[in-house]
Amino acid sequence: MEHRLTQTTLSNGLKVLLKEIHTAPIISSWLWYRVGSRDEVPGRTGISHWVEHMQFKGTPQFPSNVLDKAISREGGTWNAFTYMDWTAYFETMPADKIDLALQLESDRMINSQFDGNEVASERTVIISEREGSENEPLFLLGEAIQQAAFRIHPYHHEVIGDMADLHSITRDDLYNHYRSFYVPNNAVMAVAGDFDTQTMLKRIDELFEPIPSGMEPARLAREEPMQKGEVRLSVEGPGSTIYVQVCYRFPPASHPDFFPLSVLDSLLAGPSNLNMFSGGISNKTSRLYRALVDKEFVVSIHGGTQATIDPFLYSITMTIHPKRKPEEALAALDKEIQRLKEEKVSKEEITRAIKQARALFAYGSENITNQGYWLGYAEMFANYAWFQTYLDKLAAVTVKDIQRVANKYFKSQYRVVGTYVPLG
Amino acid sequence: MTNFSQDITQSLPGPDDIYREVLPNGIIVLTRSNFNSPSVVVTGNLDAGALFDPDEKLGLADFVTSALMRGTKKRSFDKIYNELESVGASLGFSSGVHKSGFNGRSLAEDLPLLLMLLSESLTQPTFPKTEMEKLRAQLLTGLSIREQDTSDMASMIFDEILFRGHPYSRPEDGKPETVQRITRDDLVRFHREHYGPRGMVIAIVGAVKAEEAVRQVKRVFGQWQLKGQKEPHELPSVKRLKKTVSKTHRIPGKSQSDLVIGTNGPKRLDPEFMSATLGNNILGQFGMMGRIGDVVREKSGLAYYAYSSLSAGIGPGSWEVSAGVNPQNVKKATDLIIDELKRFVQEGVTTDELTDSKANFIGRLPLSLESNGGVANALLNIERYDLGLDYYRRYAGLVNEVNHEDVLNTARKYIDPDKLAIAVAGP
Repeated sequence: MEHRLTQTTLSNGLKVLLKEIHTAPIISSWLWYRVGSRDEVPGRTGISHWVEHMQFKGTPQFPSNVLDKAISREGGTWNAFTYMDWTAYFETMPADKIDLALQLESDRMINSQFDGNEVASERTVIISEREGSENEPLFLLGEAIQQAAFRIHPYHHEVIGDMADLHSITRDDLYNHYRSFYVPNNAVMAVAGDFDTQTMLKRIDELFEPIPSGMEPARLAREEPMQKGEVRLSVEGPGSTIYVQVCYRFPPASHPDFFPLSVLDSLLAGPSNLNMFSGGISNKTSRLYRALVDKEFVVSIHGGTQATIDPFLYSITMTIHPKRKPEEALAALDKEIQRLKEEKVSKEEITRAIKQARALFAYGSENITNQGYWLGYAEMFANYAWFQTYLDKLAAVTVKDIQRVANKYFKSQYRVVGTYVPLG
Repeated sequence: MTNFSQDITQSLPGPDDIYREVLPNGIIVLTRSNFNSPSVVVTGNLDAGALFDPDEKLGLADFVTSALMRGTKKRSFDKIYNELESVGASLGFSSGVHKSGFNGRSLAEDLPLLLMLLSESLTQPTFPKTEMEKLRAQLLTGLSIREQDTSDMASMIFDEILFRGHPYSRPEDGKPETVQRITRDDLVRFHREHYGPRGMVIAIVGAVKAEEAVRQVKRVFGQWQLKGQKEPHELPSVKRLKKTVSKTHRIPGKSQSDLVIGTNGPKRLDPEFMSATLGNNILGQFGMMGRIGDVVREKSGLAYYAYSSLSAGIGPGSWEVSAGVNPQNVKKATDLIIDELKRFVQEGVTTDELTDSKANFIGRLPLSLESNGGVANALLNIERYDLGLDYYRRYAGLVNEVNHEDVLNTARKYIDPDKLAIAVAGP
């Protein structure tokens, strides 16, 4: 279904994308900032995520106890996410109530207070969030793998940050980070739903245009050097289940190889859904499921790509069968990877991957929140056209492309293999 | 008082756009069209839940649902999934206490395929021996992962305390020793006795016309019959706690403890349901997790999550507060939560709080009914509790009828801060 799309940039540099969709009396508003854990140095890890928490702690106009009730009272849903490359805030509201969300976002782009007492109580909340994650074997393993894969590039730490920094970051550190990155010229406003474009644009202009643009935020330019040889590591912890994660280096989402690699991911491990609100499909006829789960080397296997600005990782996560050793599962995996490099995939497998992607897109477009999400999300690592042409780019992938990228990216000397060793 | 504007009310499912038909074999079909996206959702349930599990084979209903797609008279496991995944469709089964359910989706063009695979899995599963053993290893691994999950274990222990002697005290996915005991014959028998058309509900929502959806259901399920389908069990009543009972379960090596504190709650069809739901929203949901979130998270910084929830279904419900805290703060958080429960039953809620929560309930309804899945679940809810096809259009009125005395009386009826179940799992 075609919907009216408008893109513009305000004089202060705020990029605005609007998509009119009149299927339900609902509007979803998303404000994206180009800041995340990639903008953090040791000593300040986790600061972007903490700033996101502080954005719920109030401004003079919307004090914290008012802020958190205002949206709920109007029947809205709202949340925020911090990722490696970006931080996003969204509100989905009954259409006639969206003005509250727009006011709130324009206000907290510049007026958040970062009260010292609020910083203190949020410190322990975030430490508690991290302790909750540390309860999970796969968090511990994933963190160790990221640290091993990225020594130089800031993708080396988790978004939540290192415990040492969560204890030492100060109120002023947080406020400075906020003022440096929360400027209109570092943000994208995306609104989808039941509105009139001219009216919406006028209102966004009224609320956001008065916010002065800021200095272009400084970026870290610490490229990860080429890995020289496979890295293996282990993490020990409680439990009785062994997990193995194998991570290959993947190009950024804006790289042309990202598309053949997405098809490859689909046929290897089942399609990854980049869409945050609409789940995925099963992967029981993917090559890895057939070769590893069906053959009882593992009890589950999943692959995952992520769309990032800089090269990141493709991870294959295996839960080892209680009667098997991790080395046996790894050998079975390697055999499949080898087959991918040596034998041409069939045209049917590619067609199938494209149909899967088309279905996942259709599921995602059922809901307005998702439409708003896609509008801004693709801007964070490419642009909206990336999303609009995604299916066409998948359709253009050839059998030769698949074999080429399999040989280029699935090299054992560029991978990290991590094992979670349960201590019982 | 907040009310919907006319056009919002009309956008909600109602008698003029929900189609309901009962097939001669008892299957109830509910549909609602939505042509905004070329996709379709199929979801539903039948009376084949874990209530039928013998104690020594707990997890049987769950095992059956996991095994339904492992092979049918027409297709192997791989063939079934190949059909589904090749078109980007999904289909899965899961068991609850009363019902076992299914949930699938596809592009609208693949609805016939989805319904055919659903029908084959429900009516003609073969439970191949080798597939069963693969599944058993997967289920047992799932249970060892559960053993290590502080949140799962705290919930499980909470149910054991609150529902002692009642079938609701049992975990539906069983225990390692009970899952070990389940044989192929058990699966075959369970399927033969409980999987039949009577009591089955199927909801189809998406880019398909109602009459077409019903025609497709009839084509694959119209001939299904089961002689001697077992009746659902009568539920025993629940014994209320006479004093607070606390249990701690140790999982060494963990960084955080989970706690669940609570008591019994109303059934879905009890008259207090709406006042309990509104009260619960104020207690531990509204804004950033209500009063509980305010005290435990915002003011004390003790937890990332601290909220209350109400679980109200066919039988006796539960009303519980959950939080994840540093192991050293378990006592402090528990005391704060109990103090809030005391305040809740002593003082009730303020008019402002109630007004806010009512507005929240009414305003968020269109959002929850935005996707096909959301509408399909709403249709199942209407059917399960016989709420009437106009339920969501009447909803605002039902919410607005509740006053703060209703909330106070309901809180006092169910919550006694001296008779709580307290479960903790952590290092």
